[in-house]
Amino acid sequence: MGNKVKLRVWRGDAGKGDLVDYEVESNEGEVVLDVLHRLQATQAGDLAVRWNCKAGKCGSCSMEINGRPRLGCMTRMSLFEPDETITVTPMRTFPVIRDLVTDVSFNFEKARQIPSFTPDPSIGLGEFRMQQVDVQRSQEFRKCIECFLCQNVCHVIRDHEENMPAYAGPRFLMRIAELEMHPADTADRREIAQDDFGLGMCNITKCCTEVCPENIHITDNALIPLKERVVSRKYDPLVWLGDKITRRVHQDTQKVPGKSSGHGAARSDSRAKPGRGRHQR
Amino acid sequence: MTEPSVTDTEIERLPFDVVVIGAGGSGLRAAIEARQAGKRTAIISKSLFGKAHTVMAEGGCAAAMGNVNPNDNWMVHFRDTMRGGKFLNNWRMAELHAKEAPDRVYELEAWGAVFDRTKEGKISQRNFGGHEYPRLAHVGDRTGLEMIRTLQQKVVAMQQQDAIDLGDPEAMIKVYAETTITRLIKDGERVAGAFGYVRQTGRFVVFDAPAVVLATGGIGKTFKVTSNSWEYTGDGHALALLAGAKLLNMEFVQFHPTHMVWPLSVRGLLVTESVRGDGGVLRNSQGERFMFNYVPDVFRDKYAETEEEADRWYSDPDHNRRPPELLPRDEVARANNAEVKAGRGSPHGGVFLDIASRLPAEEILRRLPSMYHQFKELADVDITKEPMEVGPAQHYVMGGVEVDPDTGESCVPGLFAAGEVSGGMHGSNRLGGNSLSDLLVFGRRAGLGAAEYVARIGAKRPTPSEGEIAAARAEALAPFERTVGENPYTVHSQVQETMFSLVGIIRTEAEIKQALAELAKLRERAAVVRAEGGPAYNPGWHLALDLRNIMLIAECVAQAALERRESRGGHTREDCPGMNPQWRKVNLMLSLDGDKVALTRQPMLPMRPDLLGLFERSELKKYYTEEELPPAGEEKV
Repeated sequence: MGNKVKLRVWRGDAGKGDLVDYEVESNEGEVVLDVLHRLQATQAGDLAVRWNCKAGKCGSCSMEINGRPRLGCMTRMSLFEPDETITVTPMRTFPVIRDLVTDVSFNFEKARQIPSFTPDPSIGLGEFRMQQVDVQRSQEFRKCIECFLCQNVCHVIRDHEENMPAYAGPRFLMRIAELEMHPADTADRREIAQDDFGLGMCNITKCCTEVCPENIHITDNALIPLKERVVSRKYDPLVWLGDKITRRVHQDTQKVPGKSSGHGAARSDSRAKPGRGRHQR
Repeated sequence: MTEPSVTDTEIERLPFDVVVIGAGGSGLRAAIEARQAGKRTAIISKSLFGKAHTVMAEGGCAAAMGNVNPNDNWMVHFRDTMRGGKFLNNWRMAELHAKEAPDRVYELEAWGAVFDRTKEGKISQRNFGGHEYPRLAHVGDRTGLEMIRTLQQKVVAMQQQDAIDLGDPEAMIKVYAETTITRLIKDGERVAGAFGYVRQTGRFVVFDAPAVVLATGGIGKTFKVTSNSWEYTGDGHALALLAGAKLLNMEFVQFHPTHMVWPLSVRGLLVTESVRGDGGVLRNSQGERFMFNYVPDVFRDKYAETEEEADRWYSDPDHNRRPPELLPRDEVARANNAEVKAGRGSPHGGVFLDIASRLPAEEILRRLPSMYHQFKELADVDITKEPMEVGPAQHYVMGGVEVDPDTGESCVPGLFAAGEVSGGMHGSNRLGGNSLSDLLVFGRRAGLGAAEYVARIGAKRPTPSEGEIAAARAEALAPFERTVGENPYTVHSQVQETMFSLVGIIRTEAEIKQALAELAKLRERAAVVRAEGGPAYNPGWHLALDLRNIMLIAECVAQAALERRESRGGHTREDCPGMNPQWRKVNLMLSLDGDKVALTRQPMLPMRPDLLGLFERSELKKYYTEEELPPAGEEKV
């Protein structure tokens, strides 16, 4: 068997919590999630940690390891010095449910506000014709596993909860870019990208790109080109003229309305709590 | 920390028309269909929305669209599926699947899926084991993710429409994330709802619904080395049994031939079949391309005999036979296993899978980006430069709930099943790529079946039995009430060890009997495991509850494996080698008699003559008894 490693894990719930020290066995080739599982199986049966595939494909085990947003299943123990204490905390931007598990319902609410894929209704089943070179850009963004690490790291909302209503975050601005660049989509989300989803608040510091476990070039390929498209829409002289003479020559797609009653029964309680148990450092 | 507050666990009641348990490919497709049929639908997801095990599917979705090779059509796909399953498939399911898969793929495209394209701008299709033509619609090697995201976004699109039309996005279709069902509730013979808990709070819920669709996936967590995620604890299989439904074909468990074997922590991580579809070959420690030695008689005329012919096939498939690396999964898995046993394995107990010497590096990166990433990040192996070490792991279960092929309804009125939790479609072995298409075809059919059932019963809705609800609540709380008892993690790992070593890829009567004896002891221990901590987001408690299902399914697999005295597809008996045509006619059925698993034999329905006519008599002779064959001379030309 392997050697012992020192872990410091945040334990607690929405109300309160603290870092707890553990010593756990670790074997060659393991990742942080393996060690957390061993901790669960041998010392802390009720340790809450969200995970599914353990293969970097589902984006469930997002956490902060020594302060850096990472997937537990893709962070190898060999990254750390043998006697280093590894600190594992929940994602900071989202309210804690328990231990390493956070309430990420913010993301599902934003997803529901973005107008969906809108193809030309006259195209029949199997009749889409698109070239590989044209779908490639959207495909890059569709590699997203929705781990929400980019949302977590984005400084616009990381320590500024007040920005959350007006800002969709990199993941969902990228979703808008993905739809805008889809060769068969007919809607125009440029105006709402700026007005309703807060594209202007992004100041392209590239933190999102840096933490993306799928290595998607979020800033360079999605956010900056979307900003450019927004600008060309805003200063399009034809649109401006059309607006002046009150005859719309250009139809903007509107943000999706509707009351948001949360993401399932599981979600309603935590939102009721003001202050939302963000853990202390 | 939270005290075990089991007193405030009042039960929330949630009325729906259709409740779909499971939010993977089949569950979401079923829910979309039920909603489109006007039924108020709940989707219950054990994880967050969009994280289901479907995301792990890599290679693609099989559908005979004929975009790459125009010779392909549903009849060819049907034949390949039956051959892959060694003719034990429910032929009606295989027929529906082959006919309907293309439309289901096109539908995804219309909902926003972005598949890889051909030069003409159509959906591209790739080669895969057991498929005669390039047939798998794909997106690089992350097709499952594309599918789950598309279905998830379709659900959202429907909710957006409801927000506009009805003022509430969740008026007609609602997702209950991180919610687990532990019991189906009945009203007499009929299903009346489902009982479960919400992970975040630990609170109990009852979904009152006349129709329930099981879409819970597989049973991987019954085995030690598996490519399946933690959710795959056989929940739907067990819920069906406990509600009075029957399972079939549970002895057929697919061990996919290529998974990572090193480092140990990632043992079982899938290496997509696309590596072989795109030219990768298997070699042993002597550098020999050994698959040529493992082509079984039934497939001998369809596979290349020399490396030269096999290599020519990639560019000229019409005039050469397929490389043996593309045999169905059961054959390749057994071959890998045999090479390792014979001492010709790789350093860490696998065999070598080589794509590096077969394709230029940039082509590997383009076609297999996740595989490159996975080996680079987790094993420090650069697959564009060196071979991968791979070995078999549990991947899929062919067996599942017996359902009506057209509607997905089980023998319990109001209970439907689709996807991996249902049985029959894949016979004794599933072809790669046939799972994603299965999810779509039968997910849709089960959703429609459930909606039509609800319409049919009209006002005669069932009322959930209060007695059953109370019993389900007591059962769920029991692990908290024990003051002594074991940790569920220990018992679980021992079940997995037992099943993998004794009822794994190669089986014998003596070992299966030993497994059954050990399972009996483990079942007693599993019945008294204890949960520490409180009910809110407590994985130990969840595992304690999942254990009941894991134990039940382990016993079903072992019993059926003991009974079937032949080797076929995903069931290999070292003591009963070879297929036996007498056994082809038999399905093994499992049900519950009290708390004991009962096994019976059920004859297979003979294949419809027009479907039988799609095969040559000489091929059928390899599988069928003489009396089942069509008379000689009536051969279809």
